[in-house]
Amino acid sequence: MILAAAAFSSLAFLAGILVVLFREALPALRQIGFVELITGADWYPTYRPPSFGAAPLIASSIQVTVGAMIVAVPLGLASALFISEAMPARARNIIKPVVELLAGLPSVVYGLFGMELVAPLIMQAFDLPTGLTALSASIVLGIMALPTVTSVAEDALSAVPSACKEASTALGATRWETASKVVMPAASSGIITAVLLGVSRAIGETMAVLMVAGGAIRMPSSFLQPVRPITAAIAAEMGEAPVGSMHYHALFALAVILFLSTLAFNATANALKNKFKAKVE
Amino acid sequence: MKPAESSKSNLIAPVHRLARPTIRSRMSVLHRRKARQAVMFGLTGASLVLTIGFLALLLGFVARRALPVMSWEFISQMPRRGMTEGGILPAILGTVYLVAGSVSVASILGTATAIYLTEYAQQGPIVKFIRAGVNNLAGVPSVVFGLFGLAVFVKLFGLGVSILSGSLTLAVVILPTIIRSAEEALLAVPKSYREASLALGATKWQTVRYAVLPSAIPGILTGCILAVSRAAGETAPIMLTAATFFTARLPQSMLDEVQALAYHIFALVTEGTHPEAQKPIAFGAAFVLLAIVILLNLSAIIIRAQHGKKE
Repeated sequence: MILAAAAFSSLAFLAGILVVLFREALPALRQIGFVELITGADWYPTYRPPSFGAAPLIASSIQVTVGAMIVAVPLGLASALFISEAMPARARNIIKPVVELLAGLPSVVYGLFGMELVAPLIMQAFDLPTGLTALSASIVLGIMALPTVTSVAEDALSAVPSACKEASTALGATRWETASKVVMPAASSGIITAVLLGVSRAIGETMAVLMVAGGAIRMPSSFLQPVRPITAAIAAEMGEAPVGSMHYHALFALAVILFLSTLAFNATANALKNKFKAKVE
Repeated sequence: MKPAESSKSNLIAPVHRLARPTIRSRMSVLHRRKARQAVMFGLTGASLVLTIGFLALLLGFVARRALPVMSWEFISQMPRRGMTEGGILPAILGTVYLVAGSVSVASILGTATAIYLTEYAQQGPIVKFIRAGVNNLAGVPSVVFGLFGLAVFVKLFGLGVSILSGSLTLAVVILPTIIRSAEEALLAVPKSYREASLALGATKWQTVRYAVLPSAIPGILTGCILAVSRAAGETAPIMLTAATFFTARLPQSMLDEVQALAYHIFALVTEGTHPEAQKPIAFGAAFVLLAIVILLNLSAIIIRAQHGKKE
């Protein structure tokens, strides 16, 4: 049965990702220890003796992700609300594919945009030695996550049954009252899905932070300093880490942490989406 | 009778006395509610304008910086003078090889997997679990796939940093997306098609091949086109498995390193000996990549829209 063979081989590939990641990370987890890896404050992988404390990297990832959400969530949800509740159907049918198309633009182009436009602007605005900072990275990541948040939230809002809206209108509510007091609460789990997917996109994004965040390994203390999030560390250091060295294994351990955290966000988002679908139907 | 009458007049009197002011205050409340609606829709509309504006800014910025270098020579010639002049032909060809390799592997495997899962596998907890797993893998960061490719294809299989390693890594990146969209397309085919075909005496495979697949093809195709566009734009997975900044000649075999558009953009602004002189080339490459990605996405949207109309 060719089909079954193809199905099993592709599923084996996908399951293989888990196996390989964990197997390559294991030596690092064993020698360094999981707790030391995520709480240690010094990441000096090439020193003798090396030190593998990834707390600065993890904190930087969290910092730029939070920053990105501050940009993307309010704008994305407001845009979604406007598209689904205030736009005529014809305009909606044009704007929705445009937003989806923007979600698919390559991240390296966002990185270029961040390096050449956002970073110089930030440098001038705050009179900094370099514009490649956590703030620039947050803005670029926020712009990148914006179409995802908008599109997923809009799906949730427009999935609210029109009977709910009609009932609210019949009671004399304005369209805005209906949108904010009936549609938004009814779509709340779908809206949380949108935010979670945005978070997961921002945590996992590599090229844009590699190009824009500045790359300095330090505990973040301000948005105006360069930082190095996990993804940037993996991408920047893997090329130089000798295969089989502790640095190589430690980078795999970081990838495992990244994998598990995005998985947690995606799984929660999917679970909420299914719950929402069941409720609407 | 008396007490009842008085209570009745008590009921009426206040309402009567309040009637006019109430209407007036209701009017002003309504005005306020309408005003609030106008303000809130204004604000949310401004957000939408800002959202689209950011992205228009991105496209406009890249286009403006790219136009000075855009020419036929730019996309048809080899680079010259240490990447500061000439064209980006090797990067374009490299992207074409990587994408062709990855999509041909992933579309066949992915579609077959989707057919198996929807048409043949016993629907139950196992299929449900696999479906959830595939869904979640679609959101895994691409740099993680890059590490997988490095450990498995480059090192374990000994394929080295090559077109083959990069194609296989990209194939794994887009596989979940292809499986998911193909499954959606197959599940959207009405059950009656299958029943009618089986009732005519067709075998299971004939039913899938002649009754189910033809109406699912536009959906599957849309998924594959989106996968092509995603594979063309991915950088992190090929950084460690296939891409290099400079090759003196075009790749000769599947086991050669290649230049690729997405990686080329990154390398031009972060590596090399003439960073300032390389920038216009980077913008040119970004423009070409954006053009490819947007055209592919548009065609997917059009196919989807036309297919939607038919139903």
